[in-house]
Amino acid sequence: MDLMVILSDAGRGALGPVAAIYALAAVGLNIHFGYTGLLNFGHVAFMLVGAYGVAVTVAVYDGPLWLGALVGLIGAGLLALLLGLPTLRLRADYLAIATIAAGEVLRIVFNAGFAQPVTGGVYGLQQFAGAFYAVNPIPSGSYGLGPLSFTQRDVWVMLVGWGAVALAALGLFLLVHSPWGRVLRAIREDEEAVRSLGKNVYGYKIQSLVLGGLIGAAGGILLAVDAQSVTPNTFNPVVTFYLYTLLILGGAGTVLGPVLGSVLFWFLLSFADSALRQAIGAGYVSPQVIEPADVGALRFALVGLGLVLLLVFRPEGILGNRAEMRLEAGAAGTPRRPRRRPPNQVSGRIKEEAGQ
Amino acid sequence: MTPREALAGVAAVPGAAKPDPHLVVDAVRRDFGGMRAVDVEHLEVQRGVITGLIGPNGAGKTTLFNVLTGFDRADSGHWAFDGRNASGLPAHRLARRGMVRTFQLTRVLSRLTVLENMKLAAVGQRGERFGPALLRPLWSAQEARVERHADELLTRFRLAAKRDDYAGYLSGGQRKLLEMARALMVDPALVLLDEPMAGVNPALRQDLLGHITDLRDAGRTVLFVEHDMDVVMTISDWVVCMAEGRIIAEGPPAAVAGNRAVIDAYLGSRHDEPEFREGR
Repeated sequence: MDLMVILSDAGRGALGPVAAIYALAAVGLNIHFGYTGLLNFGHVAFMLVGAYGVAVTVAVYDGPLWLGALVGLIGAGLLALLLGLPTLRLRADYLAIATIAAGEVLRIVFNAGFAQPVTGGVYGLQQFAGAFYAVNPIPSGSYGLGPLSFTQRDVWVMLVGWGAVALAALGLFLLVHSPWGRVLRAIREDEEAVRSLGKNVYGYKIQSLVLGGLIGAAGGILLAVDAQSVTPNTFNPVVTFYLYTLLILGGAGTVLGPVLGSVLFWFLLSFADSALRQAIGAGYVSPQVIEPADVGALRFALVGLGLVLLLVFRPEGILGNRAEMRLEAGAAGTPRRPRRRPPNQVSGRIKEEAGQ
Repeated sequence: MTPREALAGVAAVPGAAKPDPHLVVDAVRRDFGGMRAVDVEHLEVQRGVITGLIGPNGAGKTTLFNVLTGFDRADSGHWAFDGRNASGLPAHRLARRGMVRTFQLTRVLSRLTVLENMKLAAVGQRGERFGPALLRPLWSAQEARVERHADELLTRFRLAAKRDDYAGYLSGGQRKLLEMARALMVDPALVLLDEPMAGVNPALRQDLLGHITDLRDAGRTVLFVEHDMDVVMTISDWVVCMAEGRIIAEGPPAAVAGNRAVIDAYLGSRHDEPEFREGR
């Protein structure tokens, strides 16, 4: 069992293209859920539309790659309007229902036999991002960072991917520190109050849904380009829940929360995967207990355990603000009286407050 | 002649015409299933005075507030604010036109600081539009002005020390103060206060009373719902009483306090003497 191998696998997972893709998509979800309080349970639908926008435009219609990306983004914007216009005047749960359904409907329709001429059906579409790799300025070879090594192809995707993440995070930073972002956060707290102060809440919610959806689609585009392949079943509902997981892990409603969350999530997942395989390989774990084929599922159980522990001890996420978190927990129900805290937590919190 | 003196000549009958009405309500009805919650034939609210809206529980006062401010829709009827039609307009447009309400259960924005609560309410902020929001120089000067104004109001409402705290950590009374101060950031011409004194301790009540009369003295119109008769009788220039959705009486405070229909509505039709306590 080689610790260096485990750590380098984990490091590759944490910095690799997939972590960048998830970070980008989660930045979009953070605008919805973390800042505006929109319950979007179908973020994967935006990724799907982005990915297929590229794949279909290039592989089926022989369009240029940039046009594919544009098609993906426009499609995601339209999807956001389609989902938002009818539901955002209603209570928050209606958007949740509409989005989770939309994600599944799109996946199933793209999978269907009748859609095969355009979407490739279950086989999906492949080899459409050649133009992206053709402009790779990085000379071929292997690039290392300590024990980590990446091919020139990976480095190129990572460069673009993390560049996009940085750009999105910077844009979000500017937005949430503006009056516009203040309105979004206020809507998250109490939309009636915001309405009473003369803000067009519906308009802001639509803007938020479209903006987050576009960033989600950018993640999907990157995913398609990185894999050079799309199949509908890549866009399972579980992707959305990974995004929620890493968003809450990093700290929802913080600018860098989703980025840190994604890095950490993929670090833990790759670490668990590699450690289990190494342990089996070295004979620490009998193959009769865990077969190598079980590792894929078991690593999620381990990561889940880690997340449960983290959220028990730090429910606001890594970058979140505890004072804010307590308000969120206490906001419902009795806004007038200070919340009575569970007795076993009183002493610790008093100390904490005294220290501030 | 001040707006208050102008009221002296107005007859104390339901639906009485006012010399300078700020809000005019006509035939507004709101049904919930088979129950007619609001059935207001005609109501005029005089500009620049404090009008108290009273009535027993379930009289339809809050529903009328909700309808007039665009938070609920009327089944029929129309109303005009400042001489322009206001019926059916969405809440945010009415607020921008200068008709701002507060809520019976305070609605502070918990995970925003007190200052952010205030700054949010300023109208016409350039940085609230998506594009300019990205470019700080386009709105930073305006933001600084908004912040100065917010700080002035916070000082006036004795919330300056809480400026950077999350609003969710304020006490019930402080929330009432914040809500009123925040409404002022909109610079409203007509303020509708839904039970501003509910759940407030006597010391703070004096403060709030002062703030409400200040609103009038600054030339704003105030319409408020309140259950505390001391408060209503002390600060109102005019009192309107609702029962079962209808306006059953209106007039100067003393006239309404002695009105037969009002006493019947509060106490039932069998009673001995009015039980309003003496105003201070």
